[in-house]
Amino acid sequence: MARMKFLCDADRCIECNACVTACKNENEVPWGINRRRVVTINDGKPGERSVSMACMHCTDAPCAAVCPVNCFYTTDDGVVLHNKDLCIGCGYCFYACPFGAPQYPRVGAFGSRGKMDKCTFCAGGPEPNNSEIEYEKYGANRLAQGKLPMCAEVCSTKALLAGDGDVVEDIYGTRVKARGYGSGAWGWQTAYGEDVST
Amino acid sequence: MLIKRDERRSRKVASITQAASAGLDRRTFLRRSGVGGLTTLGALSLGALRKADAGPPPPAGAEVAIRKSICTHCSVGCTVLAEVANEVWIGQEPAWDSPINRGSFCAKGAAVRELVSGERRLKYPMKIVDGQWMRISWNQAITEIGDKLLDIRQKSGPDAAYWLGSAKMTNEGAYLLRKFAALWGSNNVDHQARICHSTTVTGVANTWGYGAMTNSYNDIRNSKTILIWGGNPARAHPVSLQHILEGAELNRANLIVVDPRLTRTAAHASEYVRLRPGTDIPVFYGMMWHILQNGWEDKEFIAQRVYGFDDVRREIEKWAPQEVERVSGVPGEQLKRVAQMFATQKPATLIWCMGVTQHSVGTANVRAAAIALLLTGNVGGTGMGANIFRGHDNVQGATDCGLDVTSLPFYYGLTEAAWRHWARVWQVDYGWLQSRFDSKQNMETPGLPISRWFDAVLLPKAQVDQKDNVRALWVTGFGSNAIGRIPEAMKGMARLDLLVVVDPHPTTWASLSVEAGRKNGTYLLPACTQFESSGSRVASNRSIQWGERIVPPLFEAKDDYQIIYLMAKKFGFADVLFKNIPVEGDRPVPEDILREINRGGWSTGYTGQSPERIKLHMANQKDFDLVTLRATDGPCKGDYYGLPWPCWGKPALKHPGSPNLYDTSRHVMDGGGTFRARFGVQYGGVNLLAEGSYSRGSEIKDGYPEFTYAVLKKLGWDGELTSEELVTIQTIGGANTDTVSWSTDLSGGIVRVALRHGCVPYGNAKARMNAFGLPDPIPVHREPINTPRPELVSQYSTYPDAKQFRLPNIGFSLQKAAVDKGLSRAFPLVFTTGRIVEFEGSGEETRSNKWLAELQQEMFAEINPADAAARGIEDGAWIWVSGPNAKAKVKALVTGRVAKGVVWMPYHFGGWFDGKDLRANYPAGTDPIVLGESANTLTTYGYDPATGMQEPKTTLCQVSAA
Repeated sequence: MARMKFLCDADRCIECNACVTACKNENEVPWGINRRRVVTINDGKPGERSVSMACMHCTDAPCAAVCPVNCFYTTDDGVVLHNKDLCIGCGYCFYACPFGAPQYPRVGAFGSRGKMDKCTFCAGGPEPNNSEIEYEKYGANRLAQGKLPMCAEVCSTKALLAGDGDVVEDIYGTRVKARGYGSGAWGWQTAYGEDVST
Repeated sequence: MLIKRDERRSRKVASITQAASAGLDRRTFLRRSGVGGLTTLGALSLGALRKADAGPPPPAGAEVAIRKSICTHCSVGCTVLAEVANEVWIGQEPAWDSPINRGSFCAKGAAVRELVSGERRLKYPMKIVDGQWMRISWNQAITEIGDKLLDIRQKSGPDAAYWLGSAKMTNEGAYLLRKFAALWGSNNVDHQARICHSTTVTGVANTWGYGAMTNSYNDIRNSKTILIWGGNPARAHPVSLQHILEGAELNRANLIVVDPRLTRTAAHASEYVRLRPGTDIPVFYGMMWHILQNGWEDKEFIAQRVYGFDDVRREIEKWAPQEVERVSGVPGEQLKRVAQMFATQKPATLIWCMGVTQHSVGTANVRAAAIALLLTGNVGGTGMGANIFRGHDNVQGATDCGLDVTSLPFYYGLTEAAWRHWARVWQVDYGWLQSRFDSKQNMETPGLPISRWFDAVLLPKAQVDQKDNVRALWVTGFGSNAIGRIPEAMKGMARLDLLVVVDPHPTTWASLSVEAGRKNGTYLLPACTQFESSGSRVASNRSIQWGERIVPPLFEAKDDYQIIYLMAKKFGFADVLFKNIPVEGDRPVPEDILREINRGGWSTGYTGQSPERIKLHMANQKDFDLVTLRATDGPCKGDYYGLPWPCWGKPALKHPGSPNLYDTSRHVMDGGGTFRARFGVQYGGVNLLAEGSYSRGSEIKDGYPEFTYAVLKKLGWDGELTSEELVTIQTIGGANTDTVSWSTDLSGGIVRVALRHGCVPYGNAKARMNAFGLPDPIPVHREPINTPRPELVSQYSTYPDAKQFRLPNIGFSLQKAAVDKGLSRAFPLVFTTGRIVEFEGSGEETRSNKWLAELQQEMFAEINPADAAARGIEDGAWIWVSGPNAKAKVKALVTGRVAKGVVWMPYHFGGWFDGKDLRANYPAGTDPIVLGESANTLTTYGYDPATGMQEPKTTLCQVSAA
């Protein structure tokens, strides 16, 4: 069984934001909610690097650990999903998440937090696969169609990799070997308790 | 509350995950991840994986169709796969088969679907009446606009109307508009190339023959040294970085970036060279100085294929490291390193963009770049060449098709011979054509460059070399904020009798013209996007790709063909314009327009790319190799992707296209070539033809002139012409059959016979380091008009005042006045402009796209921390950026990306002026989501004498806290 992971090769990422708009387009994510974003470190200085970030679908996900209503679950593919019918928008997961992935729409007259939204690895949610209701609540379910997350599929420089962890690691390792450098798999230690071996 | 729950896996997810795991085999995954070297996977069919139901689920029972077009943003030419249900575009899928983008996109390409959902589009024709926008019908619009234009034509002559086309048009649309303008009787027909790469086209065409990128994005994968100069493809051409970065990784290639800013591209470079804006020529020569000092030049290449080396050598020798550093700020040691890599670690390619071209010395800058390639033998082969990244998705094609004040389609120029050629293709009487113009002389004189349209409106009539000032402006797909000197442009807007904007959006023409006080006589016509039409477009590498119609035009929008047809009908020459082009309803058939292009485009090898062949390529993209772009299998086997021009001969000849120009290592029928014999056979007694160099398989083992009937006779090859071909040649030539050439022979016989002998129809000449005929035959450094270094002006002054393109160019007087006035004391910072990735061009379309707009919500200026600190400006604060003639209110982005003394602004913003939000000036509901000050409000006078290029890359400004 595959164990899905994201890996962003910072030596390739050019902060073109294709991953961001592709996610918006594929999942019809509303203005103000960003399931994915690109972060630039040392902006404008020598050594500047950009990394595309979203929910990393952690092993032992901290969001799930703190959720008071038990709305998270991990699929057999290792994708961390949640059930919006259960979510109460408490925001605990936001504090627990090392990657700042959970997003909350402002709802009601006082702009309080609505139900949490985050990257689903384009794997939808607990509703029937590719149903209208699943799309409305969680967005696309590409995994059920045998496709990978849109963000990684359209990445301009193939910096953002998504798929089975072993394969992703292998691709990255081959790449680092060919070019002779690599700044590492950002976030892997935190998310998966391991570093990529190259 | 920290309860760890272990029933997390209990949901009904088994079926999902099984499907997922089963659906992804390793090879598919690898291919999608873009791992280099796995070329064996090139033909892998993804078959069942490509189910057409991602994105919002289609309505029950609706059939989902996949339609294929090309991204309408930059010139990389990424394929767009659209999922369409009930004629609604419901999703995009990665186009894995395209050898150009292999599924990838940048932010803009990944968001193109939104362009066609259209909330902020112009929905129906509108006009402004006493300052109020009102809806009108197409019928009323065409009638009123047409009547007004006819009235202006009668009183002021055809040149009083200006026909501005667009790099967003297809080849067929661009060609049609050029032909339309010819029948109207004017050469005032232009498009964006004027202000982006006109200097490239003029510069390189005058060096070696054609004004285009020599190789391809894909071919950069073969380079050992990649030198990017004045370009930031990570912002402007993001998908090109896939080829550049992966190629550099696999080859361990040098990636050098020369730019005033430490750009996102420079962040990935192995060497970054920072120069002062406007000093490209000193830095080019500084590099060449080291090459000559160390004997790194390619002596054999120069001897065989280069003219004028000694003339250039004298100029290079003036640029010793101390002088280069004094003028440009670039240290000699670094340049020596760059020179060594460029000249000795070959193949090396030179990539350039607006940083080189957008200057009052743009053509000379381009020439210096071309000379650097010639000096090192880095042009005419795999992994090398002038990889000029064009801007818009069809700016190359629109240039080729003649949206150009200096030429008829395909660079035939404006001579009588050129007009007669096209009159024959169009089957129009030459005498009638001439009668449409104010005079024969006027017919053969370049029109007004769009960069200066408002000068042509505002200057005294006597200073404009045509019957009257420009009184009417017809604008297709072109934001006014792309053009410099906005305050003057606004005065021009106020003065125009008629302004017609043909665009999916109202654009800044609407908002600025209202601000300028225009209360009547402005019309907005809703054109659709190319996703709602069909036709061919040319990527930067000269590959032609066909875009299918994805959905029908939204609202009341029409496509370019329809709009041109309606105007031609109104003017009464639709029968002439469409003599050989069928019209279905009110829509001319683009395939048949392309067939007419094929019949006439001999000079540029636009003859072999029939719609059938191009569509076959689109349908079989998977057969084309990633690195060579050649089909290794399938019905296109042997062809290069998109039949990059020149694609010689008629379609039946099956020429494969030319992947790399001037490549003598290939046979001409295999896409090989030589430098073009375009400037005669000798100059001043010196031979201009190649010596001992020729393309593989050529029966003439030396240089030769372009082919004419006379040349064929001399070679004894004229007998190989068929009798039909001979009849055509005799008909064309009349009494002067000998002068009928490869480019005017409509039978294609001369081309066919030349190819049969392995010869290139346009001849085999030397490239010109000395381009006699240009304002600076040898490039020399000239300071910008508004320079921060006035002490250098006496030594490096700009061009003398002169008249060009029907207008006076008074750059010299203005430069002198700026120095005398001490302008650089009041405005001590260099002002320069560039791009960001989320928006494109003038930005109205992309700033109306909610997915893109969200990422860049405010206009800003980059300023160095030292300059900001000296002015008490904090990051994110409001500032005023002031120039000699205007000011703009923007947010400060304090960053070391720009050097001390340099301020940079993106040029995609509009809808603000002088600190004022102009949102109310747009028709209700059509205002872009994001508005902001335009960088071109602050750009100043400066025009390249050879092209009319504006000067948006170097002027002066001052910054203060707002």
